[in-house]
Amino acid sequence: MSGRQAIIDISARRIAAMVLRYWYLLRSSWPRILDLIYWPTVQMLMWGFLQTYIGQNAGFFARASGTFIGAVLLWDILFRGQLGFSVSFLEEMWARNLGNLMMSPLKPVEFVAALMIMSLVRLAIGLVPVTLLAMVFFGFNLYGLGFALAAFFANLILTSWAVGIFVSGLVLRNGLGAENMAWTIMFLFLPLTCVYYPVTILPGWLQVAAWALPPTYVFEGMRALLIDHIFRVDLMLESLALNGVLFTAAVLGFLALLRSARRNGSLMQTGE
Amino acid sequence: MDENSVSLGEPAIAVRNLVKSYKSGIAVAGLSFDLSPGSMTGLLGGNGAGKTTTIAMIMGLVAPTSGTVRVLAADMPRQRYRVLHRMNFESPYVEMPMRLTVRQNLTVFGMLYGVDDVAGRIATLATELDLRDLMDRQTGKLSAGQKTRVSLAKALLNQPEVLLLDEPTASLDPDTADWIRTRLERYRHERGATVLLASHNMSEVERMCERVIIMKQGRIEDDGTPATLLARYGRETLEEVFLDVARGRGYASEAAQ
Repeated sequence: MSGRQAIIDISARRIAAMVLRYWYLLRSSWPRILDLIYWPTVQMLMWGFLQTYIGQNAGFFARASGTFIGAVLLWDILFRGQLGFSVSFLEEMWARNLGNLMMSPLKPVEFVAALMIMSLVRLAIGLVPVTLLAMVFFGFNLYGLGFALAAFFANLILTSWAVGIFVSGLVLRNGLGAENMAWTIMFLFLPLTCVYYPVTILPGWLQVAAWALPPTYVFEGMRALLIDHIFRVDLMLESLALNGVLFTAAVLGFLALLRSARRNGSLMQTGE
Repeated sequence: MDENSVSLGEPAIAVRNLVKSYKSGIAVAGLSFDLSPGSMTGLLGGNGAGKTTTIAMIMGLVAPTSGTVRVLAADMPRQRYRVLHRMNFESPYVEMPMRLTVRQNLTVFGMLYGVDDVAGRIATLATELDLRDLMDRQTGKLSAGQKTRVSLAKALLNQPEVLLLDEPTASLDPDTADWIRTRLERYRHERGATVLLASHNMSEVERMCERVIIMKQGRIEDDGTPATLLARYGRETLEEVFLDVARGRGYASEAAQ
């Protein structure tokens, strides 16, 4: 078995070991679970009530029922997906356990796969109760979007993982000094991907930047579905293509940062 | 030849002209040594001598600036995934997740290292290392001595052929430290494992190791059996030898001239 082949061989058992590690951690700490649910609930309630108020006073928004709640729930998939990935990674830094993992047979691809799975688990714990509350409070059924929701979800989670992978690489290379990136980087996407308003609101030059980001297509697609009742397959395919580029770039960036961390010895120091 | 086999006569660890330099300076400045299969070698040196960096390069955690490291016939770090499941390490400076119980931690690492019967191996180690009463306690709530025993259990989970120890008894009381040394010696004899022990504790090295490599400022200052070194420096303990090396005093024959 060559060195390259050994790197490619993936062990489901090692991935399961890491998922188990994060699951043990999550279930041992109720504040961690509460934290997953608390903020999405607050966000959804705030935007839901705002939309109800505006809808009662403006004809267009009355027709565009659900766009704000839909937007906030989809935004949470993007934001919480990345955070779920990054926080699981940061747990290793906080626990000073990275040395143990990096000197074990765990491969980077297996580590990343486990972080993706945990991102889905954390997202499910946080978002499912909130989507149910949205039905109760505002009569908005996210699952009623059907196949479109699956397309929105797939594109958003791919972007969130790509960002999570890249940020993890930065933290590996630069230590916990780069931790803030994990918490804040996605907020750059909030205005640029036009979560709550159409792309046409942006100045022309900024629209170019917006269309370079995969989530922009999802939020435009959501508005097309909720306002015009049209599912824009073209937007989803464009988003998927951009996600392919973004995800590949993130993986290559992560591997380059990992190599750099091995060179400069930062895997030995997982502090600041 | 089986990919896992080491050629007859090939060292378990072979280090050649190993250099590691950072922007801040040189950590390891041209080390070369071989460790025979089944040997136990002490790596002595003061703070900043380059012991931990050397161990990290042997584990593939740090890439050398130049030179080579081969472990069980695999080039590190390039071929590390061929052999990492046959190696392990223990250091009080690398902690295990504190919120997980001892059993949970050992289960996770047992799976990572590909141990066949994880539950059975954990039960054996719990008995051997006197961990049975601690298995369902959170690792972070254990005393330093208990944590060291848990780290040792992690290090022995996969019954490694190569075991790297970075100050395994640091900050332990003499009784616990002696207990740990006895377990390590027993493991090495039963398994025939190659052990590299970095330590500040001279009596520990004198007791456990048949060979001592003394490092200073990233270089090997001396290398030999404890008895050879004692004779060479005309001293009665390795601690005195260590001080001679650290303070730049020469061999006994040179001092007499």
